[in-house]
Amino acid sequence: MSARPPAPHPAPALQATNIVKAFAGRTVLSGVSVGVGRGEVHAVLGPSGAGKTTLLRILNLLDAADGGEVALDGEPVGIARAHAPLNAAQHRARLRMALVPQKPVAFKGHVFENVAFGLRVRGIEGDEVAARVDAALSRHGIRALADAPARRLSGGETQRLAFARATVLPLEYLLLDEFTANLDPANVKALEQAARSAAHDEGLGVLLVTHDLFQARRLADRVTLLVDGRVVESASKGEFFEAPKDPRTRAFVAGELAP
Amino acid sequence: MAALSLAVSASGTVLAAAVGVPLGALLGSREFRGRRLLRAFLQALYGLPPVLLGLLLYLTLSRTGPLGGLHWLFTVQGMVLAQFLLALPFVTGLTWSAVAGIDGAVKDTARTLGAERWTYLFTLVREARAGIFAAVMVGFGRAISEVGAVIMVGGNIQGETEVLTTAIVKETGRGDFALAVGLGLVLLALSVLVFAGLTLLQEEPR
Repeated sequence: MSARPPAPHPAPALQATNIVKAFAGRTVLSGVSVGVGRGEVHAVLGPSGAGKTTLLRILNLLDAADGGEVALDGEPVGIARAHAPLNAAQHRARLRMALVPQKPVAFKGHVFENVAFGLRVRGIEGDEVAARVDAALSRHGIRALADAPARRLSGGETQRLAFARATVLPLEYLLLDEFTANLDPANVKALEQAARSAAHDEGLGVLLVTHDLFQARRLADRVTLLVDGRVVESASKGEFFEAPKDPRTRAFVAGELAP
Repeated sequence: MAALSLAVSASGTVLAAAVGVPLGALLGSREFRGRRLLRAFLQALYGLPPVLLGLLLYLTLSRTGPLGGLHWLFTVQGMVLAQFLLALPFVTGLTWSAVAGIDGAVKDTARTLGAERWTYLFTLVREARAGIFAAVMVGFGRAISEVGAVIMVGGNIQGETEVLTTAIVKETGRGDFALAVGLGLVLLALSVLVFAGLTLLQEEPR
């Protein structure tokens, strides 16, 4: 740990600073700083291959980076090491956030046990598990599937399961990676509502990455455009869509996919 | 004699599972230097001739050997140790493969939901349970069917350390082929029953 003094009044936020990451000689992120505060939805927009998924994984301490730092509520936790368990501070940080991937997978076993997973990992047992899991399943409209084998669910059901499995936990930050890609409109609407509610009703910081302009417009309080591993512009939703400063943002908002 | 066969091989296998499953899961859960070398070594032990292991254990456990103080030569404990060592590479190596083969997305999901270290390993074992079950069965198969190690370490003492495989060797040597074949059928039935039972116990893969 560095000896730097903590910021006097750190805003409650999950923050990545100056993240640098290369895969096999190709630079994916060149000095990216992105954060999300509690109670807001922050959408990171960008074309495919902009490094959005990598950024989320580094924030969630799943992947290592070549430079930069992750901080939680002003407390730096460094960067995860490749192929190694987290240190204690990083694990405490991990327990306060969860990532819902683009293509979620179920654990072996029933839907109920899948959703109970993170609670059990946190040492929560018994009636409390049943109550919380029941509530989460109801909230996401999959209570009838509680005893179904989780790996036999449809795509939309699996995505709901993944969302329930994350939001059943006592989290402060939720990371969503293209979380409605390839879903039908009814599922998209339900999951977007759940994401909005997580931020605005429950006070979580929700950071979502997407290539979908319209989703960012519907959901986000703040929008950041990431292109070729660099932040082009970061602004409130109104500013981003109505008065973008960077010409590349204007082009992206106008629907040109390769700004 | 059949009961002793079952007891020795089951004990050796349970001990091999107790050590090999956590060890294999740990090895399969992460990347580290020398991984390929260790894996090659472990897999080379799949081909370890039981009679050679028996000889090495004989020398180790004999009165003047490094573990002579245990007085385990020609005892059931020595036989269990021999079968434990025979089964261990299989249980460890095949558990390693099963855990390493788990979908990376499943591993990431476990970690993002908070599993780390012990809870992570426990999750991997649960996800790979079908493969680990097979690993333990192969370990038991190695133990129940071998003769070289138990005959060297146990000494084939009638009523004490004689098991089915060693008795078959002895009766064949004495020319009592009918008894040898009979013992062989008992061994075969025992082995088939144990494997059929374990297979029925195992859940349907899905």
